[in-house]
Amino acid sequence: MKSLGSIRRSFAPWADPASKPFISVKNVTKRFGDFTAVDDLSLDIYTREFFALLGASGCGKSTLLRMLAGFEQPTSGEIILDGQSLAGIPPYRRPVNMMFQSYALFPHMTVETNIAFGLKQDGMPKADIAERVGQMLKLVKLEKFAKRKPHQLSGGQRQRVALARSLAKRPKVLLLDEPLGALDKKLREETQFELMDLQQELGLTFVVVTHDQEEAMTMADRIAVMSHGKVVQVATPAEIYEAPNSRFVADFIGDVNIFDGTVSAVENGYLRIETGNGFPIRMASPDKPSVGAKAAVAIRPEKIRVSRQPPAHAPLNAVEGEIWDVGYLGDMTVFHVRLKDGRVVKASSLNAVRAVEDPFGYDQQVWISFGEDAGVVLKD
Amino acid sequence: MGNWSRFNIASIVLGFGFLYLPIVLLVIFSFNESKLVTVWAGFSTKWYAQLWHNQALLDAAWVTIRVALISATCATVLGTLAALALVRYTRFRGRMLFSGMVYAPLVMPEVITGLSLLLLFVAIGLDRGFWTITLAHITFTMCFVAVVVQSRLLSFDQSIEEAALDLGATPVRTFFAITLPVIAPAVFSGWVLAFTLSLDDLVISSFTTGPGATTLPMKIYSQVRLGVTPEINAICTILIGIVAIGVVVASVVTKQREAQRERDERAAFAQ
Repeated sequence: MKSLGSIRRSFAPWADPASKPFISVKNVTKRFGDFTAVDDLSLDIYTREFFALLGASGCGKSTLLRMLAGFEQPTSGEIILDGQSLAGIPPYRRPVNMMFQSYALFPHMTVETNIAFGLKQDGMPKADIAERVGQMLKLVKLEKFAKRKPHQLSGGQRQRVALARSLAKRPKVLLLDEPLGALDKKLREETQFELMDLQQELGLTFVVVTHDQEEAMTMADRIAVMSHGKVVQVATPAEIYEAPNSRFVADFIGDVNIFDGTVSAVENGYLRIETGNGFPIRMASPDKPSVGAKAAVAIRPEKIRVSRQPPAHAPLNAVEGEIWDVGYLGDMTVFHVRLKDGRVVKASSLNAVRAVEDPFGYDQQVWISFGEDAGVVLKD
Repeated sequence: MGNWSRFNIASIVLGFGFLYLPIVLLVIFSFNESKLVTVWAGFSTKWYAQLWHNQALLDAAWVTIRVALISATCATVLGTLAALALVRYTRFRGRMLFSGMVYAPLVMPEVITGLSLLLLFVAIGLDRGFWTITLAHITFTMCFVAVVVQSRLLSFDQSIEEAALDLGATPVRTFFAITLPVIAPAVFSGWVLAFTLSLDDLVISSFTTGPGATTLPMKIYSQVRLGVTPEINAICTILIGIVAIGVVVASVVTKQREAQRERDERAAFAQ
């Protein structure tokens, strides 16, 4: 059986009906005056899962995280953590810790005392605190900076202190609010993998809020794509990318070409969709809509081939166009191909070899084509 | 220093002269040998020595300092709380009214503040004296503290308080372990401001005083009506000295701190 992309490891408690969720968000709504930030949202998160809430700013992802931390109370609905309702439990009595977007380090304390703060609140003996702080400093490789104050650290170091502080109490769940947002690109990419390793090593449940889809795709076991206070799709990164459940998700994650049309034939597992201008599409789909129904086909640019000669199956899943724009990105090249009816299709190809004979250039007449399982038929 | 044009020099001389000539004259004449304030008769420090024997003046100074210490401390507590309420609870009922009422004394003529307090004290039958002056000073200095602390709180990253709560500190502990230490410099400047305002207040003190409670400004004012003596010049010079030392120390400390901080930050980012 074909599977969608590669999954990091065989970790999929969400697919097992016997496993119980660790965090259950049940029909939670949060209103601020007239504004509904989170709208009747339900979610299950499992132990040791790296779960990402992904969405544009204002989609309610941060509000949801703040409700998990206890800074906001749901207007209705409830959140259950490890079998216990969190309703009415203040932030300082919840077994979760949060890493803040601004890091929120205490400016008047050293790195050491910042990390020790939470342990002190629990009344841990001094010797144990010192030992734990030492472990945390080692974990984030900041042993040499123990006596420094936050303003004496670089952005990357501050991020590590914030991480160490939020992990020091060994919370059951770590909430991360845009944890890498303030780092530059290179450091961000390195830190993504470090966070993943750390989560594996400590066996914790991570819930991360991010607006950066690449970050979510890299780190998370599952992603919840959010929009206007609702979850649009919860799935693994590969499923989100290859099998988006809606036009919104297809469009939000990565680049996509969407062809609208009407269903003209339904035959065992395939749909024939007429998109106009003599460009019919035959695409695999488990659904069986009636003939004449509206349908849209979403195809990722890297799954579209560009060629000078029409493929054998033309005009099915193939159409002629003109190269309108070429973007050379180093690892790949992006083509914008303009069809006769004015639609622009994005196609990309990997630059697997260093030099190409006779590359495609501007204004050339080309054919674009794709396979019968290259895309997804969207319902809406 | 490229622009020492005549115009610039003239501006500086005029500006500083306007500000400091009267004070310089006062200081010079405090060292005058003669009893006549306007006739120079040689250098002497005898008026300073005589101050220590003027019991009335010393008593007034002691009253002033006690009033200033107590009222500045109370005003700092109340002003800080008011600032916290105004910044944090942005949507409570009557916030505009409350905020306006906290700041009104800032622009209220002192005569009116003094008179209204006098009427209040008379109405509730409070014996006027040391405590009524202190209460009055708390009233009018509190709003200055609130302004200073509020401006600090507006630039305060509230997520550090949330972080403390998140790490298990109760709201009360969070206030004392995190909020207060971070806003401490502003609270301290508020205190210093309240202290100096109380120290040199004349109008409100005059309205709210009673027998046996005479502050230094009141004493000086009443003596000046009988004629300026070199003794008054001497005590004024001491006051100026105290205030000047305070201001200079405060600004030097702030400057050094800022410079240190900048050096640290540069060092951190150079790594």
